[in-house]
Amino acid sequence: MTISIDPQKTNNESLQPKGWLRYFSFSLDHKVIGIQYLVCGFLFYLIGGTLASAIRIELASPMSDFMPRDVYNQVLTLHGTIMIFLWIVPVVNGAFGNYLIPFYVGARDMAFPRLNAVAFWLIPPSGLMLVASYFVEGAAQAGWTAYPPLSITTPQSGQIIWILSVLLLGGSSIFGGINFIATIIKLRRPGLKLMQLPMYCWAMLGTSLLVVLSTPVLAGTLILLSFDIIANTGFFNPVLGGNVVVYQHLFWFYSHPAVYIMVLPAFGLVSEILPVHARKPLFGYTTMVFSIMGIVVLGLVVWAHHMFTSGTPPWMRLFFTIATAFIAVPTGIKFFNWVATLWGGKISINSAMLFSCGFIINFVFGGITGVALAQVPFDIHVHDTYFVVAHFHYIVYGGTVFIIFSSIYHWFPKVTGKMLNEKLGILHFIITFIGFNLCFAPQHWLGLNGMPRRVAEYDPQFQFVNQISSLGALLMAISTIPFLINVFLSVRNGKEAGDNPWNALTPEWLTSSPPPVENWEGEAPLVEEPYGYGKEISERK
Amino acid sequence: MTTLDSSKEIQKNNSEATETHEDFRMFGLITFLIADGMTFAGFFAAYLTYKAVNPLPDGAIYELELPIPTLNTILLLVSSATFHKAGKALLKDKNSDSQKWLFFTAFLGIIFLICQLFEYFHLPFGLTDNLFASTFYALTGFHGLHVTLGTLMILIIAWQSRINGGRLTSQNMFPLEAVELYWHFVDGIWVILFIILYLL
Repeated sequence: MTISIDPQKTNNESLQPKGWLRYFSFSLDHKVIGIQYLVCGFLFYLIGGTLASAIRIELASPMSDFMPRDVYNQVLTLHGTIMIFLWIVPVVNGAFGNYLIPFYVGARDMAFPRLNAVAFWLIPPSGLMLVASYFVEGAAQAGWTAYPPLSITTPQSGQIIWILSVLLLGGSSIFGGINFIATIIKLRRPGLKLMQLPMYCWAMLGTSLLVVLSTPVLAGTLILLSFDIIANTGFFNPVLGGNVVVYQHLFWFYSHPAVYIMVLPAFGLVSEILPVHARKPLFGYTTMVFSIMGIVVLGLVVWAHHMFTSGTPPWMRLFFTIATAFIAVPTGIKFFNWVATLWGGKISINSAMLFSCGFIINFVFGGITGVALAQVPFDIHVHDTYFVVAHFHYIVYGGTVFIIFSSIYHWFPKVTGKMLNEKLGILHFIITFIGFNLCFAPQHWLGLNGMPRRVAEYDPQFQFVNQISSLGALLMAISTIPFLINVFLSVRNGKEAGDNPWNALTPEWLTSSPPPVENWEGEAPLVEEPYGYGKEISERK
Repeated sequence: MTTLDSSKEIQKNNSEATETHEDFRMFGLITFLIADGMTFAGFFAAYLTYKAVNPLPDGAIYELELPIPTLNTILLLVSSATFHKAGKALLKDKNSDSQKWLFFTAFLGIIFLICQLFEYFHLPFGLTDNLFASTFYALTGFHGLHVTLGTLMILIIAWQSRINGGRLTSQNMFPLEAVELYWHFVDGIWVILFIILYLL
């Protein structure tokens, strides 16, 4: 069945505000929605970063002197929730996905533009609600995992607002996932085969499958948890005969895939950036596709490696250790492919490239500690210590956030038509890279020596190393300044970028910068070889 | 209805040429129903785990009477068939027949909900009595919410299939097909729920 509709009715772009006002409207344009996601996410990143700074100030001394202990719990809960659900997931999926996927599949918009706008506009209210909960009776205190019985016994109002907010954000994520799957599978330009798509499409397809399959389980779990808090049921309350381990299973069934929801799109983005700046085809396209799908399948069956200390039976430990170790295989394939892409390339050392290389270094380190954590004896030793904090931040900050910055440097010319300043960009990279490693590398040592996470006070012997870590955090906070200056200066009077400043071959560069409202003036171009670098034009298909 | 949700028709360079593509609204709905099904899968998994590892306190009542839920199962299965009839009638442009079948389907849905409430009021346990009771109400309540929404949607499309000025015609079957798929999904979930909760 095909739909054909009177073209007169469809032209409702004219009803929407023009200029910068459209970023505050219920716009249906995928490019506007992508920028809405990015800017909104970045504002929440600044809030979450401020909270992180507060944590590091508190931890600069062994006593809880900067803030009371219950406030510390609220701050770490809000920091985790904001960074995951309001910065990384919306930006790496929603922002870049919305902006790039329609270009990559040769479409003029997403499959369901109205659903797309709804998905975005769920985010600001739920984020504001979450932040505002601090001012009511105090925010949630149970960490971003909201483990019962802690989440049931701490003050209720903050926890309930937290649940509502995460439910809304989960709904937004599911709507986005449905949209991406439909766009990539159904909205491809005629003649464009699946195996010719840029790698980011595959990454988003895999991510969206994970979103659609696992986020509803989290939603159901949080509904049960809210019953426990409001209606005094006992699903997860041992006092009333409930079972806390069931919560952990259901929670991690979402939250382990959530790590891949945060990291797979970054894998896709780095696969777009490296070939352009190394002037070489992406190495091993087919193996990349299969490793993404392998990670999707394996990612759904490894969740209990977060629960080795929850009385997990031996067979379960064995199964989840092996499954987790297996994930290192497809991930390793991808890393070898990226290094092979760089090998012998004509590499330009610019901000986008530097952040991508920083990503490779940091993520390999986080991956190695990840494989170590999958081993039961090791995991039991370092469970709930700063080792886990360090591992996790190497994955999501050293991995995904580095790629978010890399992508901003790479696509800023396309979005605004202006180049970013390279000197400020390289300064941004150097401070971020040094600050990040100074902040989190020492935490491995802290964890191995037994410093527990999520506690405002610690043994005085750890003070010196904690101060080094706090110094790193200070550098990370400072690193935002050159970035913001760079963006503001470049938007106002940056160098004109032209349509294709990087001489890239992926479809988004084949239109003007910034792109027009329906993406292309005429027919969408058919790009059969998005990575055909280093070939004569006549050799390209 | 604006068209942007379903497909984006483009006026290219002010010419009359338009792009048409396959209707993928059904594809989006199926993806959504898979997601919705995963919510139920989570609830079922939790229920079965509780059953396996969490013994109920002594004297807890967890026996369920079968007659009402069996009647409810039959009601929903019949309603699936009547909904199918409505679709067939609409395809043959028999709008008034289609509307009758739709009202009958909605009627069966309402009877289902009344029976469900009747069962709730006559059960010997309440929401917070024990773990089994809580899970029972959460599962059936969440399903009941789905039936309620489905019934409302059936009433809406029944209104839309009126002969004069109704949006629902044999040329525009999508609203009916979408609600029908959703209704079959809710019925399927009920059958699984009936087996797991009442029979096992």
